[in-house]
Amino acid sequence: MKPLRARFLAIAFLGGAAALLGGCSTPAAVRVRPWERAALADEAMNPDRDPLASAMIEHVYFSREAASGGKGVGGSGCGCN
Amino acid sequence: MVNAQTRLASLLRGSAAAAFAALAAALPAQVAPGSVFPPIAAAGLTGGALRETAGKVVLVDFWASWCGPCKASFPAYARLSAAYAERGLVIAAVSVDESPSAYAAFVARLKPPFATLHDSKQALVRVVQVPTMPTSYLVDRTGRVRFIHPGFHGEQTERELRGEIEALLSEKAPLP
Repeated sequence: MKPLRARFLAIAFLGGAAALLGGCSTPAAVRVRPWERAALADEAMNPDRDPLASAMIEHVYFSREAASGGKGVGGSGCGCN
Repeated sequence: MVNAQTRLASLLRGSAAAAFAALAAALPAQVAPGSVFPPIAAAGLTGGALRETAGKVVLVDFWASWCGPCKASFPAYARLSAAYAERGLVIAAVSVDESPSAYAAFVARLKPPFATLHDSKQALVRVVQVPTMPTSYLVDRTGRVRFIHPGFHGEQTERELRGEIEALLSEKAPLP
């Protein structure tokens, strides 16, 4: 590889890496501010908004996987359900 | 705010410390006890009318319609307003809702007896940098923040606010 081309590639690589790291350091990119959480506070974002459906899913999960207690339910996962 | 190009240029100049300093300087300072509260009247808020705040003790509360503790705090602020408004307390409840209809529906449902303003562009809250929702700032007669209450914890917060408001109301107003 010619030295000029290798130098160009090295500069391009370093420039790209610096741009990516610079983006990571932007404060707004790592934290949703308290006043910006309207969408996160929406009921649709609640994974347990239907207790009956959650209970059924959990029952199927631990019956099939013998994993009782693996999702907040007391038990030893003995596979006897 | 320093943009990515500026940061990149600083980094490429080999001065990471300078880039970090530029970033830190660009971040707005959080309003803390002792600092002057930003002028509410100049923040371009819409919604209800705000009483004159000069020389008054002002309780500025940042709330949102999607915030449960905010809803719980309004009856307490109504009681504080009834108890202390005549002695010089002004309550300004600033909504940070982006949706005007959500703000209007919340106010129509709760009908608060104090001023409810709408920071629809979230300009004031960005300057204040509230640590959580809700957060209330108790400002003394000289316009300085004296107490900050992150969150609302029911009777405990109301009891603390009563004591602090009593103390601030007993302080002399600045000379005009």
